[in-house]
Amino acid sequence: MTHGRTRFIIGFLAFPVLLYLVYVISPYAQAFYIAMTNWRGVNANPQFVGLENFRRLLDDAVFWKAVWHNLLLLILLPVGTITIALFFAYLLNVGGEGRGVGGIRGSGFYKVVFFFPQVLAVAIIAVLFQQVFRPDRGGMLNGPLMALGLEPIGFLSNPDIALWSVLGVLIWQAVGFYVVLFSAGMASIPKEMYEAAQIDGAGRAAMFFRVTLPLLWDTVQVGWVYLGIAALDVFAVVWVMTAEQGGPDHSTTVIAAEIYRNAFDYFKFGYASAMGVVLFFFTIGFAVLALRLSRRERIEY
Amino acid sequence: MSFFPVNGPRNDSPGRGLSRRQLLRAAVGAGVALPFAAACATPVGGGGGGGSQPAVTGTVSAENPLGVPANEPFEVVIFDGGFGDAYARNIHQPLFRTKHPDVQIKHTATKEIAKTLQPRFASGNPPEFVNNSGDNAMDFGALIQDDQIADLTPLLDAPSWDDPNVKVRDTILPTAIEFGSYDGVFRVLPYANTVWGIWYSTKLFDENGWQVPKTWDEFLALCETIKKSGKCAPFTYAGKHPFYIYETILTLAAKIGGPDVLRNIDNLEDGAWKAEPVLTAATAFAEVGAKYLMQGTIGLDHIQTQTAHNKYQVAMLPNGSWLENEQKDSTPPDFGYAVFPLPSFSDSDAMPYGTLHSRPGEEYFVSAKSRNPRAGMEYMRAMLSKQGAGQFTELVSTLTVVKGAAEGRKLSPGLASASAALQAAGDNTVYFRFRQWYAELHDEVAAATGQLMSGRLTPQAWAERIQRKSEQIKRDDSVKKFQR
Repeated sequence: MTHGRTRFIIGFLAFPVLLYLVYVISPYAQAFYIAMTNWRGVNANPQFVGLENFRRLLDDAVFWKAVWHNLLLLILLPVGTITIALFFAYLLNVGGEGRGVGGIRGSGFYKVVFFFPQVLAVAIIAVLFQQVFRPDRGGMLNGPLMALGLEPIGFLSNPDIALWSVLGVLIWQAVGFYVVLFSAGMASIPKEMYEAAQIDGAGRAAMFFRVTLPLLWDTVQVGWVYLGIAALDVFAVVWVMTAEQGGPDHSTTVIAAEIYRNAFDYFKFGYASAMGVVLFFFTIGFAVLALRLSRRERIEY
Repeated sequence: MSFFPVNGPRNDSPGRGLSRRQLLRAAVGAGVALPFAAACATPVGGGGGGGSQPAVTGTVSAENPLGVPANEPFEVVIFDGGFGDAYARNIHQPLFRTKHPDVQIKHTATKEIAKTLQPRFASGNPPEFVNNSGDNAMDFGALIQDDQIADLTPLLDAPSWDDPNVKVRDTILPTAIEFGSYDGVFRVLPYANTVWGIWYSTKLFDENGWQVPKTWDEFLALCETIKKSGKCAPFTYAGKHPFYIYETILTLAAKIGGPDVLRNIDNLEDGAWKAEPVLTAATAFAEVGAKYLMQGTIGLDHIQTQTAHNKYQVAMLPNGSWLENEQKDSTPPDFGYAVFPLPSFSDSDAMPYGTLHSRPGEEYFVSAKSRNPRAGMEYMRAMLSKQGAGQFTELVSTLTVVKGAAEGRKLSPGLASASAALQAAGDNTVYFRFRQWYAELHDEVAAATGQLMSGRLTPQAWAERIQRKSEQIKRDDSVKKFQR
């Protein structure tokens, strides 16, 4: 019996584990190795340089700028997305007028509309927002401003604003998914709880903070971790949408963009891999930390 | 890289949280950028020099001076960008076949050279002939550092396609040989000859009675006149790609201080960027940036600004001679593209009026470790014939490095204007090469110049910042250095 079970498990697991080894673990192992060479991408025999690439990283101002931007996004993207998504989801599911528990009028329609950005490819979103942010009369935001005789805003061309524009696009794109996710979570909260709360005289805000949020905590936690990883992983929007691919003047660059630039523009594959290794540790570190910090008593119902 | 979790969280069973293992797996699975470089192409390792096969050669004769083997196929890889790939299929390949009917040519066109070819170089199986161009071109420094590019000296010394008594060396511009040489060895064939300058519409200028400025004061006065006229903005450039304006600044610097200004920059000399002519030129253009730019310039790309130009929303923009071809679909028929050289800055300029930034571009090379490199060189010899170059000029509106190949060909107005400007400049042409040698320096200059033009950096701070980067590259022993 035990023997049969072992065979059964091995039969099911061997193939996926093999795929995982070949397509996930081996590239990682190779990246760790390449990070310690001066490989420039076209040679069959890269030279081993030890930790030289990591030492260089320490004085690479642009890399640290990218790290800083990733860290900013790591905080702002989840906070922004989850706050807005929770607000919308609450309105759509609980926040309706009148007696009983339900969403505002037309909530089914809004759910679909909020989900739209999620359906679009990231590259399309980036191109779309390039047009939205255009600094001349053709821009969706600047066109009306200029028609009123105001100065256009350099959403993507002013280095003080550009990162905020990127953040805005990222949140715009992410919110829809989390609205749907939180809606599903809220739908599974028993209606009786809200009704009991209403009878006790709780207002909408109290219901949100005392009933919804605690019962939704697991879902929020999952959303937080995914958004955090997404923030560390931001690439396409920055690469496609911003000037000089991470500019102007490196004001929107992120680690993934610097990895791409060093590998495929400068042909410094070893150095780029070293950045990748650093990003790897950031991500693992974040995942562990997020789990530790958000660990709390689970409410059973 | 989407925000979409690969394995959707199980929110439908709120009793179960996320285990640590699941979380870590998600962290890895969500596609951290690390395997990026590794997954695309990794070195094969082993065997000294990297598994290249022995090259095949044929018998050298008067008919076949490069010794192309009669029956061996070879591969031509063309960058399918601004020039398309029709010129290779319809002009150069039929021409090659007239002398080598039995040699099969495998034609590959791609918009992404590095993605297609880099793994092949790394695994020792490169194509014979490569048009290394476009945004995704491979780094020449890296290729040369790893000895991947064939020495083309035999091509230069071979008799030309048209006349057995004239060597190929003597049919092309000397700058082409200089540009294709790395450490004194000719390895890369730059084929198109680009002329930079300030572009305008003869129609717009004629209608308003505006004159091409010959001095910097006249230029500023013209900008002022245009601005006051309210008809259009005086000046713009591809704001999102500050290369276009740093090119202009450096050309003016060379005009003021002579070609050594640019030579010092290329050679990463100490203080090259802080030299007086460079600062003067940067200050001059920072003033243009502050006063005369089309609104929104900083945030627009080359196509957007060029289209604004075609719509008569702006009068002048700096660009290269590919402009007319690039804009051919949105230019009004009577627009009348024309180019003028940078105005003289003062009477004490080191170089006379008419000095141009002109350089051979659009690079081709033969892979040293390919199977049939001789066929690749022979293909270049065909390209460098009068017919091959002349038809190329007509098809894609671009001059080539082949002397006299454009004579008798039908030139569009912009190209005719560029050609005339080049004639007038004679030997007074300048160029810089760090953009190809040190991509990192190029990016830093571009980033800093964008800030200079929008008034966020003073010329002094601009120069200091770039000088720092230049010194950093000089110290970086992982980057191969070049001299000219």
